[in-house]
Amino acid sequence: MSIQFSEEKLAKVQEIIARYPEGKQKSALIPVLHLAQESFEGWLDVPVMDYVAGLLSLKPIEVYEVATFYTMFNMKPVGKYVLEICVTGPCMLCGSDEIVEHVKTKLGINVGETTADGLFTLKPTECLGACGYAPMMQLGKHYKEHLTKEKVDALLDELRTTAMS
Amino acid sequence: MSVKLLLEHDGKEGIRNYETWALNGGYRAVEKALKMAPEEVVEEVKKSGLRGRGGAGFPTGMKWSFLAKPEGVPRHLVCNADESEPGTFKDRYLMEFLPHLFIEGMIISSYALGSNTSYIYIRGEYAWIPDILEQAIAEAKAHGWLGKNIMGTGFDCEIYVHRGAGAYICGEETALIESLEGKRGNPRIKPPFPAVQGVWMRPTVVNNVESIAAVVPIINLGGEAYSKIGVGRSTGTKLISACGNINKPGVYEIDMTISVEEFIYSDEYCGGIAKGKQLKACIPGGSSVPILPANLLLKTAKGEQRMMNYESLSDGGFQTGSMMGSGGFIVLDEDQCVVRHTLSLAHFYMHESCGQCSPCREGTGWMYRILKNLEYGKGKMADIDLLWDVQRRIEGNTICPLGDAAAWPVAAAIRHFRDEFEWHVLNPDESQHRNFGLAHYADDLVTA
Ligand SMILES: Cc1cc2nc3c(=O)[nH]c(=O)nc-3n(C[C@H](O)[C@H](O)[C@H](O)COP(=O)(O)O)c2cc1C
Ligand code: SF4
Ligand code: FES
Repeated sequence: MSIQFSEEKLAKVQEIIARYPEGKQKSALIPVLHLAQESFEGWLDVPVMDYVAGLLSLKPIEVYEVATFYTMFNMKPVGKYVLEICVTGPCMLCGSDEIVEHVKTKLGINVGETTADGLFTLKPTECLGACGYAPMMQLGKHYKEHLTKEKVDALLDELRTTAMS
Repeated sequence: MSVKLLLEHDGKEGIRNYETWALNGGYRAVEKALKMAPEEVVEEVKKSGLRGRGGAGFPTGMKWSFLAKPEGVPRHLVCNADESEPGTFKDRYLMEFLPHLFIEGMIISSYALGSNTSYIYIRGEYAWIPDILEQAIAEAKAHGWLGKNIMGTGFDCEIYVHRGAGAYICGEETALIESLEGKRGNPRIKPPFPAVQGVWMRPTVVNNVESIAAVVPIINLGGEAYSKIGVGRSTGTKLISACGNINKPGVYEIDMTISVEEFIYSDEYCGGIAKGKQLKACIPGGSSVPILPANLLLKTAKGEQRMMNYESLSDGGFQTGSMMGSGGFIVLDEDQCVVRHTLSLAHFYMHESCGQCSPCREGTGWMYRILKNLEYGKGKMADIDLLWDVQRRIEGNTICPLGDAAAWPVAAAIRHFRDEFEWHVLNPDESQHRNFGLAHYADDLVTA
C-alpha cells in the first residue's frame, strides 16, 4: 500500500489547515489523523503518521504523542468492523455487560481481539453520550442503540453479508 | 405545562433546514442582536442570570465580561461540544436535531465577544454530527448570517467544526484548548485563564453548547424576562438527559421549578422506574456529582421536597446533597449494586486521567483496584477505609478538577452506602450472585 492521499483528500487537508491561523497548522493534526485512519485500513501505522507529519511540517514525535493519547486512534490493525460497545455506568445499568458477553461467545473472541477472518474487532469503550439509548455501540461513523441480543445477531449477519458481497 | 425555550420547535418536520427554521422565527435573534452594540448583548446575558450549562454553573455574562481585549490581538469563542460526562447526552440532542438554534447562538455569542473565527470542538465519536452542523453553517452563510460584513454591520465571522478523537479530559476547558492546538489533552495550570491566554495564547471564551443555545431565547425575550423564568439563581430552562432504570429515558427541558419526584414519576418526564421496580439511588448531575440514596434524593435532610434546580440539588452540601452538574440524571433501581456501579465509574476515571498529576494518575488506579476487590468478594473492612483515604488525598490536590470528579462519586458512595460495601466484605460468596437490594435506602429519614 502506498501511503499517499488522493488529490481530493489532499485538497481536504488544505481546507482543514485554512481553518486555523497562519502558522498554526498543527491544529489540523487531529482532523488529518482521522482522515488518515479512514484512508489507510483503519489504523495508524508509523509510516502513516510520518506521512501526516510531513504534510503538516511537524516532527514525527509530535504526531506519535498525539495519536497515542486519543482512544479513537488505533495503534494496531483492526478488523473491518470495530464493535465499540459502551460499558460505562449508565449503559451497565441497562445490561451492556450481557451484550459484551454475547458478542464474545458469538464471535469467539475476547475483549480487544479480532476474529480470525479479520472481520470483527471487539473494543469496549467508555461513555459515548448515548446513555439514554442503552445498551449501545459505535460502528464506524454511526451508533447502534437500544441493543438486544437479537439485534446484535441480526447486525452481525448483516455485516457478514455486506462484507462478502 | 412547562416552558419550552430550547426545545420549542423540537420534532417539527424539516426543522433542521434553514427555511423551516426561519419560518419558525429562526434568525430573528441574530437580526436583533446585530442591531445592538456587542456590549449590550453581553449586558442582556448578564441580566438573564444564565449559568454555564457545562457543569460548573459559572455565570455566562460574567465570564464574557472577563474576556481580555488587548489591541490588535484576535480573540476566539470556542464551543465545548466534547460532552463525555457519563449520563450526559443533551448537547448531542441540540446539535443533532436543532442545529440552527445552536448556530444562531454561536453567531450572536461571536458577535458579542468580537470573535471573527469561532470553533466548535466536538467529541470525535459524534462522527455524523459535523455534517449536520456544517450544513447549517453553510445555509446560514448563504443567507448572509456568516462571512464578511454580516448584514452590513462590518462584523466578519466564520465558524468551524473541529473533531476531537476520544478523550473525556478534553472537555476540561484548558485541555480542550491544548487539543484544539493539535496537542495531547493535558490541562494547563491556571492562571493564566483562557479569558487572557487561551487558544494560541489569545483571549478565549469556552462555553458549553447548551449555554450558547440559551443565548437565543435570552435575546428574543430580553435578559430580564428570561431571568424571571425558573427560581432564585436557577434562571431560565435546563436540559436534563435522563437515563438508567426509568421508563422514558431521554432529553427533557425543565424550568427548574419542578420537584425531583415529579421529574422521575410524572409521565411528562421519566415516567417512573422501569419494570415497576423501586427507586434506590440517583446521580442527578452527571457521573462526577455525588450519588444520593432515594430518601435523600427526594427530600433534603431538612425534610423539604428536593427540587430540580441548582440550589435545591446542592442543599446540604456534600454531606446530604449533590449537584445539578451537567444535567446527566442517572437512575438506579432496587436491583442495582452501588459498589458495582461505583467500580464502573472508577474504571472510567482511571482510563480518562491524563496522567499529569500523581494523585489523580495513581489514585484513580488505586480506587479502581480496591473497588474491584470489594466487588468481587476479595475485600477487607480496612479496604473501605483505605478507599476513603485515597479519594480524600486526590481531592483538591490536582491540576484540573478531574481528580475531584473521580473522588466525589467514591466518597458519596461510601458516605451513603457504607453498609452495602460492608455487606460485600461480610458476604464474599453471596455477593457474587445476589445484590444487596433496596435495603433501607428509600426509608423516610427521621428529621430532628
Ligand atoms: C474533566 C472535565 C470534563 C469536562 N467536560 C465538559 C464537557 O464535556 N462539556 C462542557 O461543556 N464542559 C465540560 N467541562 C467543564 C469545562 O471545563 C468548562 O467549565 C465549560 O465548558 C464552560 O462552559 P459553560 O460555562 O458554558 O458551562 C469539563 C470539566 C472537567 C474538569
Ligand atoms: S487531575 Fe488528572 S486529568 Fe486533571 S491534569 Fe491532573 S492527572 Fe490530568
Ligand atoms: S454510559 Fe454508555 S453511552 Fe453513556
